[in-house]
Amino acid sequence: MALLQITEPGLSTAPHEHRLAAGIDLGTTNSLVATVRSGSATVLPDRDGVQLLPSVVRYLPDGAHLVGAEASARAVSDPLNTISSVKRFMGRGVEDIERLGSSLPYAFVAGASGMPLIHTAAGDRSPVQVSADILSVLRQRVEATLGGELTGVVITVPAYFDDAQRQATKDAGRLAGLKVLRLLNEPTAAAVAYGLDHSAGGTVVIYDLGGGTFDVSILRLNQGVFEVLATAGNTALGGDDMDRLIAGWIMQQAGVSDAVGHSLQRRLLQAARRIKETLTETGTGAVPVSLELEDGRTWEGELDRPQMNELIDPLIRKTLAPCRRTLRDAGIAVDEVDEVVMVGGSTRVPRVRELVTEFFSRELLVDIDPDKVVAIGAAIQADILAGNKPEDEMLLLDVIPLSLGIETMGGLSEKIIPRNTTIPVARAQEFTTFKDGQTAMALHVLQGERELVDDCRSLARFELRGIPPMTAGAARIRVTFQVDADGLLGVTAEEQTSGIRAHIEVRPSYGLTDNEIETMLRDSMEHSREDMDARRLREVQVEADRVLEALQAAVQEDGDRFLDAQERAAIDQAAQALSTASGGEDHRAIKKAIEAVEAASAAYVEHRMNANIQKAMAGHSVDEFKR
Amino acid sequence: MSSFLTLNYFELFSLPQQYALDSAELTVRYRDLQRSVHPDRYARAGDQERRMSMQRATRINEAYETLGDPMRRGRYLLELRGHPPGDQQQTAGDPAFLMQQMELREELAGVREEADPMLALDRVAGEIRAHYRGFDQALAEALDRTPPENEKALDIVLKMQFYTRLQNELQAMAADLEDELY
Repeated sequence: MALLQITEPGLSTAPHEHRLAAGIDLGTTNSLVATVRSGSATVLPDRDGVQLLPSVVRYLPDGAHLVGAEASARAVSDPLNTISSVKRFMGRGVEDIERLGSSLPYAFVAGASGMPLIHTAAGDRSPVQVSADILSVLRQRVEATLGGELTGVVITVPAYFDDAQRQATKDAGRLAGLKVLRLLNEPTAAAVAYGLDHSAGGTVVIYDLGGGTFDVSILRLNQGVFEVLATAGNTALGGDDMDRLIAGWIMQQAGVSDAVGHSLQRRLLQAARRIKETLTETGTGAVPVSLELEDGRTWEGELDRPQMNELIDPLIRKTLAPCRRTLRDAGIAVDEVDEVVMVGGSTRVPRVRELVTEFFSRELLVDIDPDKVVAIGAAIQADILAGNKPEDEMLLLDVIPLSLGIETMGGLSEKIIPRNTTIPVARAQEFTTFKDGQTAMALHVLQGERELVDDCRSLARFELRGIPPMTAGAARIRVTFQVDADGLLGVTAEEQTSGIRAHIEVRPSYGLTDNEIETMLRDSMEHSREDMDARRLREVQVEADRVLEALQAAVQEDGDRFLDAQERAAIDQAAQALSTASGGEDHRAIKKAIEAVEAASAAYVEHRMNANIQKAMAGHSVDEFKR
Repeated sequence: MSSFLTLNYFELFSLPQQYALDSAELTVRYRDLQRSVHPDRYARAGDQERRMSMQRATRINEAYETLGDPMRRGRYLLELRGHPPGDQQQTAGDPAFLMQQMELREELAGVREEADPMLALDRVAGEIRAHYRGFDQALAEALDRTPPENEKALDIVLKMQFYTRLQNELQAMAADLEDELY
């Protein structure tokens, strides 16, 4: 049988070839990349041996940019063009950012589609672009270290990120030329890194306090299955806020007003951070601070640990409310918790550990470096998703962190999918028309727990068009909200009586449309017109490889069982055609050939999947259960 | 098993079509099913296969959630038997039940006045859960006897729905309180 015995240049048929995959922790303060090499996950350093990449980008007047330590070194002298903590702005609107505080040293301008742009010497940059610039550096780091092109990556996000924030992160990955296999929640990644499913098992709390975000998740672990029961958090709460509190104290002591310049603001925050880090390492004594003020005076003072604890206590206590909420949502009492894992650089602060220990009344797990644990977990998951461990039984079942709803009459939000529902999930809702001959209708999708629309996050507005004209109330429009395994929302709509699918126009409230991303890709310095075409061709070729490879593995396994000669011939022919097209340069032709393979193999693929389900249930029969 | 999407939830989990259920066994089967279809198993497959896998994983989640919750399982079983509870359906007049409802509602409304509202909220949540669980045995008896007492079961399901609704109100209140307090 000649089926799929094809080896085109660049098309691998070796089943156990190691595919390059990486896990990326795109953090508020620092970002890391890790990969699995000879069985264990390690964080990759840069050329100078440094593992943590400061999440800072500095834009220069000539359009170039610097990322990491080189950028943060100039944060004080060039504050407006040096962007740090950009994660806080992902998926946010201009009003949100104003609410984040007046202390932000950047010049924001409102972009199209409500997304804020940061005005820099190199032009206006969206938070997605800034994040993409950080991701690109990490990508280059992996590819240089491993000597090859990445198959795909897993990027971690705070569990409490809403749809807009997740979408923005995925867009940043795409903009950086990465194939994002999965967005993984940070607490879940940490649980994977600890491998608690094998050792301890049971019920585990992950307490994750990073630079700018706080998450807490409760998981039930059982032999490779990581099942998230509940998650809560605050995407605008982290170590940065401790710095701000300490900086506020300095300002108060030094008699400085709130309206200080950008440069002093930066120096204040840097001093605050240094104090926090020093007091975290040394328990006793006071840390001296000296700061040159704008009027030329030099202020000198000192802070000790009890004083710092007093300043940051309210902030740490703020993290305990979500802890309580997750316990309540998961239906778990504090004494039923088996382990508490600490994640995120801010959990190094002794006072954080004290209060969390007190809350859960148990010792904390701090064995893995809290800065690296998330990237390591992501790398392990990426390795599995890339197909390097076909026998691995690991399964991550995550939840949607915030309820999804739609706006109803009177500015109220009607919940469609409640928070902490396991994903993927889909819910359908039926709507009708209220005017004769109405052919369109607008829907507003929201995320959040509150009743009033104004208190929830606006995710997107959808317009359903092409509804067949009928008398008022006669049309039955079924709108299905699907949340995928990444926690991302998709919407489809169908008029039930006619079967007509309504056209949906997605307008993310604070995100980028597909077209905008395309334009950005084209505009970016790295991708000229030819690059764009080459890139599109390369993408579709990779997809073709994937389809052929998956099909070949399937047919080898059970083609004889499920396919008769005729079906097999049809699949064979389509695959042959795809292989030929993939060797060419016409991306449209390849796309078409992929669709043809999919059409020819649809029934077979479905058959296989159903057989898998049947196999999974084969051990458990109805009769066995009755006994 | 050519038409996965037409299998009912009991068939999907290879479980007998009855109310009584071993929840530990349900969880074991759920994990085995998700292990076989979850989209992460198809990360390298083509788009079509990934769509199919997501569809199935979604349905398995839905089935697990329905079978795992006593009220929803009872309701689903009644639907399968052709006795779907309607939206406007009333419970049979049961003064004791109505009284209990009123008391719980009053207690919930008074939570804000208490010294520790969050603690009070947890207390009310516990009471609601206890009442809800109290129906489990009665529902099993009504649905699993031969012949089944579907009308009686319907009444119990409707009563359980009251508690579910109350539970939802409590959750919303907890969210509001947290926002105010912290």
